[in-house]
Amino acid sequence: MRYEVPETKGEAVSLLAMAEGGGRVLAGGTDLLVQLRSGMVKPDVVVDIKKIVETREITAENGGFRVGAAVTGAELDEHKALKKLWPGVVEAVELIGSTQIQGRASMGGNLCNASPAADTVPALIAAGAQCHIAGPDGERTLPVEEFCTGPGVTNLQTGEFLVSFTLPSRPPHSGDAYLRFIPRTEMDIAVVGVGVSLSLDSNGICVAARVGLGAVAATALLVAEAADALIGTSVDEGAIENMISAIRSACRPIDDKRGTIVYRTQVSGVLAGRACRIALQRAEQS
Amino acid sequence: MAAVEKIFNDTITDRETQDKTLKWVGTRAPRPDGVDKVTGRAKFGADTYLPNMLYGKVLRSPHAHARIRSIDMSRALALPGVKAGVTRDDFPDYPAGAVQPAGEMVINYRDMTRNIMAREKALYEGHAVAAVAAVNERVARQALSLIEVDYEVLPHVIDVEEAMKPGAPLVREDLITEGVEPAPEEPSNIAKRVEFGHGDLDLGFSKADVIIERSFKTQPVHQGYIEPHACLASFSEDGQAELWCSTQGHYVARGHCAKLLQMDVSKLRVTCSEIGGGFGGKTVVYLEPLALALSRKACQPVKMVMTRDEVFRASGPTSGASMDVRIGATKDGRITAGEAVLKFQAGAFGGSPVPAAAQCAFAPYDLDNVKTIGFDVLCNRPKVAAYRAPGAPLGEYAVESVVDELAKTLEIDPLEFRLKNAAKEGSDSSYGPKFGPIGCVETLETAQNHDHYLSTLKPGQGRGVASGYWFNIGGQTSATLNLCEDGSVALVVGTPDIGGSRASLTMMAAESLGVELDKVRPLIGDTSALGYNMLTGGSRVTFAGGIAVHGAAEDMIKQLRERAAATWDVPIDDVEWHGGQAVAVNGYKDQEDPMGLLDIAKDMAKSGGPIVGRCSTNAQGAGPSFGCHIVDVDVDKETGKVSVARYTVIQDAGKAVHPSYVEGQYQGGAVQGIGWALNEEYIYDENGKVENAGFLDYRVPVCSDVPMIDTVIVEVPNPTHPYGVRGVGETPLVPPLAAISNAVENALDIRFTELPMSPPRVLAAIESVG
Ligand SMILES: Cc1cc2nc3c(=O)[nH]c(=O)nc-3n(C[C@H](O)[C@H](O)[C@H](O)COP(=O)(O)OP(=O)(O)OC[C@H]3O[C@@H](n4cnc5c(N)ncnc54)[C@H](O)[C@@H]3O)c2cc1C
Repeated sequence: MRYEVPETKGEAVSLLAMAEGGGRVLAGGTDLLVQLRSGMVKPDVVVDIKKIVETREITAENGGFRVGAAVTGAELDEHKALKKLWPGVVEAVELIGSTQIQGRASMGGNLCNASPAADTVPALIAAGAQCHIAGPDGERTLPVEEFCTGPGVTNLQTGEFLVSFTLPSRPPHSGDAYLRFIPRTEMDIAVVGVGVSLSLDSNGICVAARVGLGAVAATALLVAEAADALIGTSVDEGAIENMISAIRSACRPIDDKRGTIVYRTQVSGVLAGRACRIALQRAEQS
Repeated sequence: MAAVEKIFNDTITDRETQDKTLKWVGTRAPRPDGVDKVTGRAKFGADTYLPNMLYGKVLRSPHAHARIRSIDMSRALALPGVKAGVTRDDFPDYPAGAVQPAGEMVINYRDMTRNIMAREKALYEGHAVAAVAAVNERVARQALSLIEVDYEVLPHVIDVEEAMKPGAPLVREDLITEGVEPAPEEPSNIAKRVEFGHGDLDLGFSKADVIIERSFKTQPVHQGYIEPHACLASFSEDGQAELWCSTQGHYVARGHCAKLLQMDVSKLRVTCSEIGGGFGGKTVVYLEPLALALSRKACQPVKMVMTRDEVFRASGPTSGASMDVRIGATKDGRITAGEAVLKFQAGAFGGSPVPAAAQCAFAPYDLDNVKTIGFDVLCNRPKVAAYRAPGAPLGEYAVESVVDELAKTLEIDPLEFRLKNAAKEGSDSSYGPKFGPIGCVETLETAQNHDHYLSTLKPGQGRGVASGYWFNIGGQTSATLNLCEDGSVALVVGTPDIGGSRASLTMMAAESLGVELDKVRPLIGDTSALGYNMLTGGSRVTFAGGIAVHGAAEDMIKQLRERAAATWDVPIDDVEWHGGQAVAVNGYKDQEDPMGLLDIAKDMAKSGGPIVGRCSTNAQGAGPSFGCHIVDVDVDKETGKVSVARYTVIQDAGKAVHPSYVEGQYQGGAVQGIGWALNEEYIYDENGKVENAGFLDYRVPVCSDVPMIDTVIVEVPNPTHPYGVRGVGETPLVPPLAAISNAVENALDIRFTELPMSPPRVLAAIESVG
């Protein structure tokens, strides 16, 4: 196994392309190292992208932010302006692991690992984040909800890697929130995760909403019906109840060691309601 | 080092011992192992290295139950870098009757030789089938993939009720239940039936105004020690061997290994490492005999370390159980009869802790009519190992849940109800012996008056209490005090330090000798350093070790007095030992300057040679310890998640030699109980394979899951110990399961009879009552 540390996107792309599928990108390594140790993956070459500037920067862009794929949780937590604009996204990142893990783990790694239970993904979906991908044929952009195609599988083609995300600007009276359910308080994998983002007009009517749902299907889902239940309402309890029903019908979970179908479906609604109330409160205060 | 000395002096002056005659016992002295542990200098099981060391790895059964038709090692042994391989053919067989008591469990060498290496059958997923030693771990792993094992997969059984049914797959085809008259003719998975009690149940129940009967079920749980099993073995060509390992008892490990390798016990020297937790799980051997056998073949040292996955699949958890309990009481709250039937999973070999569970279940109560029956049942899981108060948490969970329900039905405060029935000095215990001085009532009264119990609950919260009991044990123990030429003292003991015994034993040695604490340095000797020592278990070390250390001090004092008497040329009876000095008394009072340790040590050679205080004893009279826990919980009624809001442990220590360590034991037990009650369980798939062999999905509590656990040390001295010690390590894990379940009942008005009370189970129960 070779370890390479390219300093440009182009070098990284050619290393990955040359490996013909035998290459693995290394960001924080909090998933990859575990997988290497347990023998789950056996790459020929590990391409560490952390020396590529674009993967490590947070820059303001069009009222929103561009966030490098390898920026760590701890760095995101310290970025006041980003946290103010997208508190739900940052709180999702902060849920990953522990203080030690936060010093390494990235949103890019979280998404590219393609676990259906990844914590940042529902929050990024709710935020309408876009993925910027570099590859042998140049760069392309993809919405987060289209990035993963199944457990452990992404839309990335041989030679491609994720460079950065954009988190869009947002109108006043907007708020987002992410909640997950785990049996413990930390160091666990989401049984259900829900991200909600919404914007209100000056009369308190919801004009835009997005709801992301994790750990209850093969990939995290954008639940349009849940958002529709909120748009045009004052996000009263009735609307929230409708949103909860939409969430529960969107669930396609499996029974496994982390939760049963019945339990996951029930709790996804509960969390969606709670996340929505937090997002609403944030929107009203912003 | 100045900083360390400062800590030392600060903590010593912050003395809280009530007993002014004691200088060290009862203080919070710095731990002798502390600096090494915080600087990373301490050596744990995997930290010993030798030149030319090989790495051993174990091939484990992928099947829960399978006959092993053949094992072909040839391709593995042919791999370059592989130096040795072992299978069942490399270990002797023993007949069924080869049993030997060890600690709190019974050792059966027929079973042990089969557990360390499968013989006729693989009996659980993870059962060792072969092992190899190679120049590095990578080669060793590769070699495992080249071993060819021909399995005939057999039907398996995991659940205890299923295993007891006629027609269940038999884990051992010729097993006839012990303890049943006449002996059954048909083999079954029931290894043993035990029964305890006294009085007349029918009569007792006929006097009851209320009778409550419930059935309970729990899942097996792992001890969850942080350090995986690890060892290094080095066998030499002349048949002598050395072993370094993480163990709760290196003398016991030596005995097992010598038996399994058919060598003289004296030819094997075992050194224990620092231990990263054991809780009972490191009282047995797994890797040690394999590493020795590999080293014997390779004539090179062999190191073996389990992965976490192996720890979960192949080392001993404690039993899961199915339990039926029936208790009757009069309207005014007097229990008239209690009955329990306990069925415990033993794993692949007999020897579950069901006898202890049956003995402890009703121990907190003074009952006229009581009976407990236990069944020890085989199933296709790793053989259970001890886990803090083996068995007692389960029996007490069932009994204390029913006791709680009785108190509620009779509208009597649960502590008051317990006090009305509490065991006292002179009570006939539910399992036989009459209790001596015990602190059951004292713990209950302390609970009643504790701020926690008197505080008001927040809306939605529930509060539960439960009592718990453990015998504690004594046993064979040796200790030596060597006087150094500068008057300092080296203390050698033979019990691995798991819960702070180096601190407490040193404190008792300094106290008994009357010397400064920092003049005594403790060391845990290897098996060649001392006479036999039973393992660290049964909460015995501060009790039995204290007796040995005190005995060694008395032996040394006698010699010191002799030397002073010789120096002064006075009769020995006119020399006494006071405050760490030999003092002339009676007719010679004030005629000689007292002689301290240094004065005697510096002239040791002239006065008769080295001075060594020794004691080897089989300590008897262990004092049982009772505890009472109070817990408040919050339940999220929409997700079923139970959180512990407040927790108080009250327990009788007899005497807390080092209160911080005692508190640590209380807190640790509560935390393990919280995990057991709320989340911990093995998840098996339909093929009998463990699906959650790691800490991610086997959920022990993390720090943020538990509140600061409050503790109260009650001290009802044990009269058989020089300082009143009872032993405190195990009782703390006995009450939590029931206390938490009772608190959840109080919060929701739903009685749970199954553990763990994990969120899906709790939510389902909430929804089923609407
Ligand atoms: C103790 C512990 C606790 C954890 N807790 C959580 C948790 O609570 N919630 C949660 O969601 N996750 C958790 N995780 C998983 C992990 O920490 C996260 O998924 C993390 O975000 C991964 O980021 P990383 O930078 O470390 O990724 P890496 O391990 O570096 O990479 C992960 C995967 O993505 C690929 N990859 C990484 N970056 C790119 C890229 N830019 N382009 C293409 N491919 C890429 C890698 O090749 C690899 O396959 C935990 C892990 C540990 C060890």
